[in-house]
Amino acid sequence: MSERYNAGPRRNRLLEHPLVRLTAVRFHEFVREPEALFWTFAFPILLAAGLGVAFRNQPANVLPVAAATQQIARALGAEPLLSVRRLPVAAAEDALRAGKVVLAAESGVGGSVVYRYDPTNPDGRAARLLADAAIQRAAGRADPVPAGDSLVHEPGSRYIDFLIPGLLGMSLMGNAIWGVGYAIVDARRKKLIKRLVATPMPRRYYLLSFVLSRLGLLIAEVGAILGFAVALFGTPLRGPWLALAALCVLASLMFCFLGLLIASRARTIEAASGLMNVAMMPMWIFSGVFFSSERFPAFLQPAIKALPLTALIDALRANMLQGAGLAQTAPQVAVMGVWLVGCFALAVKFFRWR
Amino acid sequence: MASAAPQPALRVRNLRKSYKDVVAVDGLDLEVRPGECFGLLGPNGAGKTTTIEICEGLTEPDSGDVEILGMRWNTHAKLLRQRLGIQLQETQLAEKLTVFETVRLFRSFFRRGPDPDAAIALVQLEDKRNSRVGALSGGQKQRLALACALVGDPDLLFLDEPTTGLDPQARRQVWSLIEEFRSEGRTIVLTTHYMDEAEQVSDRVGIMDHGRVIALGTPGELIASIGAEHLVEFSAGENMLDTAPLERLEGVRAVRVSEGAVRMHVAELHVAVPALLAELARQRMPLTELRTRSASLEDVFVALTGRHLRDE
Repeated sequence: MSERYNAGPRRNRLLEHPLVRLTAVRFHEFVREPEALFWTFAFPILLAAGLGVAFRNQPANVLPVAAATQQIARALGAEPLLSVRRLPVAAAEDALRAGKVVLAAESGVGGSVVYRYDPTNPDGRAARLLADAAIQRAAGRADPVPAGDSLVHEPGSRYIDFLIPGLLGMSLMGNAIWGVGYAIVDARRKKLIKRLVATPMPRRYYLLSFVLSRLGLLIAEVGAILGFAVALFGTPLRGPWLALAALCVLASLMFCFLGLLIASRARTIEAASGLMNVAMMPMWIFSGVFFSSERFPAFLQPAIKALPLTALIDALRANMLQGAGLAQTAPQVAVMGVWLVGCFALAVKFFRWR
Repeated sequence: MASAAPQPALRVRNLRKSYKDVVAVDGLDLEVRPGECFGLLGPNGAGKTTTIEICEGLTEPDSGDVEILGMRWNTHAKLLRQRLGIQLQETQLAEKLTVFETVRLFRSFFRRGPDPDAAIALVQLEDKRNSRVGALSGGQKQRLALACALVGDPDLLFLDEPTTGLDPQARRQVWSLIEEFRSEGRTIVLTTHYMDEAEQVSDRVGIMDHGRVIALGTPGELIASIGAEHLVEFSAGENMLDTAPLERLEGVRAVRVSEGAVRMHVAELHVAVPALLAELARQRMPLTELRTRSASLEDVFVALTGRHLRDE
């Protein structure tokens, strides 16, 4: 069999391997898509920054209260955790309704003091205790037991520390599902998959290239989010690093396969993004990204615990905040393992190669 | 290599394929000889793409037999993939990749074949080597698709509508590339609904309609088969013309009247035209229009089906 063409300069055989070329193509396509770069790197960081600022812990929670008389105002002013405004009774009621103060104190009959507040508001109840203690003390009450405070300001118990593992999990999910799902449906829509299938390309390499490129991007993506959180908020990373890395890899593989499954049949971007949203929406709500999933009713808990994102976020929080190793997160790892194998098997079975 | 091969490059027997209630391919037989360029010509919906995709192993036929380079898809799929070059209808290659990256990717799937740069040179895209695919013109994209079909140094090349949607200059460029591939001894099977394309590049043409090959031969043979080398089209304005005497003129094979225009199939222009002019003078008819042209594959299709290739 004669060669019609010069085979050209000999290239590195490993570099010209189809799997290497397919993976390289994935990288090229990704870095040349500015929107993808934004959603992968900038978005989770901006979200963390925004929420971190909104929910920053104020240096001691000072409660705004209104005082009707000069005497009451002076008594309340002695309490550092209250910020006192002198307001006539009618104005105080308006301020209370508008939420500008959490409690209004006015003088009642016979030298008594009346506290006006909403008992369902914890801040109101706290202000009631503080205000009453301040007024009684101003009137000469002596505390029978002397008491002092030892204050705890520990990173790890703040909202931002709770939030970062949630955002990391959400970002791992979104990037894997969108990254894989969108690229596959786009290739199918353009008949590029069909064109590739018309070559001797081994099909498993095509699917594998999505997984490999995602794992490559994972390092940059997790690094960006955690680096930002540690540098700016001092978010703790108490667990073993390797266990954290293993969790991220496992989660990324699992969500890659979920993305593969979602994109396995869809022919249009519209159909695929609908399916992706259907898959991800419940997890955004139930999996405890922004608040603890324990807040949902008990009968929902088994279902919530079985969601892949819940398992990931619970494991991330256990690792980062409580210093748990892989062994302590075994139940979550098991849930993720089941999702990984199940999604992979179904995706390979149903994948539409044209 | 191909010279010693006794068997046809492609043999299709009694091929059938239906989609729901549409019969796309209806008992098709075909034989393509090694080294020839075979054109499958037919209107849209004739079943050309279904046929070629079955041959390419991308579509499963309902029944029938396809033998390619002496092999079959159910026994030699892997080997066949290495030896076929395929260009699909309306594939969009990844827009964000460069020409070189695209060809390099396709090259990595084949065991042998030209270097990516050699394949790019083959389709004359050297100066676009590092351009993004999305920035190429339609003709350049089509040449890139050809480069991707050629990187495996294929023995048999399938081209599905290679010039659809291209401007005339880009089409001629693609045609000259196809000529070149054929002169290198490759077998080429192409589908088209352009009769000029089929005439220009094919050694033999199969005319397809409703899932069957209704005529087969060289373009010359097919044109000769309708018994007329030339067409004479004329109009006598609003006047009532008696066409019966025209049919008796020497060398006239057929006369058709449609919307005031008369079309005659004739064997020899230099005999038929003077005779026509004499007959019109005898009937005292004015001649408002007169055109003559050589018969084309389009006329063969019209003669066989009564329809035009591109009924729009």
